[in-house]
Amino acid sequence: MTAVFKRELKNYFSSPLGYVVLAALFFFSGIFFTLIYSAGYGDISYVFSSMFTIIMFAVPILTMRLISEELKQKTDQALLTAPVSIIGIVMGKFLAALAIFALGFAPTLIYQIILTFQLSLNWLLYFSTLLGVLLYGAALISIGLFISSLTESQVVSAVLGIVLSMLIALMDGFSSMINNTFLSSVVEKLSFMGRFETFSAGILDFSNVIFFLSICAVFIFLTVRALEKKRWA
Amino acid sequence: MIEVTALSKRYGSHLAVNNVSFSIKDGEVVGFLGPNGAGKSTIMNILTGYISLTAGSASVDGYDIVESPQDAKRHIGYLPEIPPLYTDMTVREYLDFMFDLKKVKLPRKPHLDEICKLVMISDVQNRLIKNLSKGYRQRVGIAQALIGNPDTLILDEPTVGLDPKQIIEIRDLISRLGKNHTVILSSHILSEIQAVCDRIIIINGGRLVADGTPDELSKALSADGALEIRVAGPKRDVMKTLSAVPGVESVDDLGSFEKGSYDYRVVPEEKADVRKVVFARLAERNWPILSLRDSTLTLEQIFLRLTSEDAPSLEEEEENKIEEVSVETEEESSLTMVKEENE
Repeated sequence: MTAVFKRELKNYFSSPLGYVVLAALFFFSGIFFTLIYSAGYGDISYVFSSMFTIIMFAVPILTMRLISEELKQKTDQALLTAPVSIIGIVMGKFLAALAIFALGFAPTLIYQIILTFQLSLNWLLYFSTLLGVLLYGAALISIGLFISSLTESQVVSAVLGIVLSMLIALMDGFSSMINNTFLSSVVEKLSFMGRFETFSAGILDFSNVIFFLSICAVFIFLTVRALEKKRWA
Repeated sequence: MIEVTALSKRYGSHLAVNNVSFSIKDGEVVGFLGPNGAGKSTIMNILTGYISLTAGSASVDGYDIVESPQDAKRHIGYLPEIPPLYTDMTVREYLDFMFDLKKVKLPRKPHLDEICKLVMISDVQNRLIKNLSKGYRQRVGIAQALIGNPDTLILDEPTVGLDPKQIIEIRDLISRLGKNHTVILSSHILSEIQAVCDRIIIINGGRLVADGTPDELSKALSADGALEIRVAGPKRDVMKTLSAVPGVESVDDLGSFEKGSYDYRVVPEEKADVRKVVFARLAERNWPILSLRDSTLTLEQIFLRLTSEDAPSLEEEEENKIEEVSVETEEESSLTMVKEENE
């Protein structure tokens, strides 16, 4: 697992991909922070919630090549014939993408410190919101990773990923559109955004943490299955 | 030590590998020979745990590839048909990665240095793999297979796409590796297999059609004891004379290769030695024999014979005896079922 993790991490920085995604995350969080700061708001959670439009694109771009590229270059043969478990390979890739994603939110710590000089702030609220974003990102990454295991084409993988993360972001809107109360409540329960909002409201509900972690577990499991299925096909 | 028993692999309705069994002892260098699409790569991919098997079993050093894949994989170094190289890494970075991936316990630097020296890539260690030529990439692929000193090397068409000089270099390398590794290599180039392998397994249409040393194969197939004769004399009369020799079953005209003479293939009845009589009869008529030899088959001829559609096939018997086996093929609901009858 560590070998794959290290390679993927290095790979993000030996190609423009990692830099581009990080630059986009830094740039936009900087802009959002400036807007809030100059408007005199003291709540950094606005920065986080504004970032979701960016995350929608950033995460699929981070995950698009994780497995697609291996399948295309046939390097999966090296991984799958090495004495390592498939889950180890998948986890290494997942954690590498998550590490880059987390790094993308590192500047928010600086923003928070800047704000602390001006106002007395609730640091717990900051950490709760950060945890929410990271869990949201982890769930999206696991979905992107799974999509990437289904196709050899990075473009298909990215487009599918972006479409899915848009759908996920718009899930709340759908739930209000559905007339059936049962269906609408199901969609509402699945809403990533709704669950994130409780984090940014400073409520650390354990069920929400479990929700995001379960999404990760399910899609990591599916990714492992997708790779195994190739063996058995 | 590799044991393969009744191995089959089915892709949908296509039977890619059909009931193949063989065993390879430690230290043997074995060549898989067969036309494109014969199932060589499929068997190799199964042995290395890359794809699954449909029926049968395969084990490496006593570890079953399905039951305990990680232990089996630890004993194998694999070079797939397309070397699995990360082209955005330098050679050294890539080898470092493979070293970590395979969880090798040996001291890193001396081990990798030794491998680089062995496959002669020490001078390109710091170059990006994407900038390397095909020959170097192939060598990096072999280097990767050698990491961790596995007892068994499985090389899928290691010399394909290389220039003649590189082919010779890789071949030498394989011969050297064969001294302290069990090596399986596949190829459709006959001379290559002949040059480096102690033993040949010929695969055609997913079936094992022959298994033995080059000599054994050649003897087993030319068992009819045919003679090739070059005689200076009128063609029709010579043929008539030869046909009239007692014990001669048939005489074929092979054409003229030397001025004033013709070549004939004389097939005697079973085990009959007709050489003396043939000499005497031709001498009587004053037609000199310019050459007379057993028509043993070259590896190329064996290969063509075994892999042509309705060829007789050889199969390994219990005590490595080779016996002729006749095969009938028949089409059944879009998939080919192969029935075997021992004679």
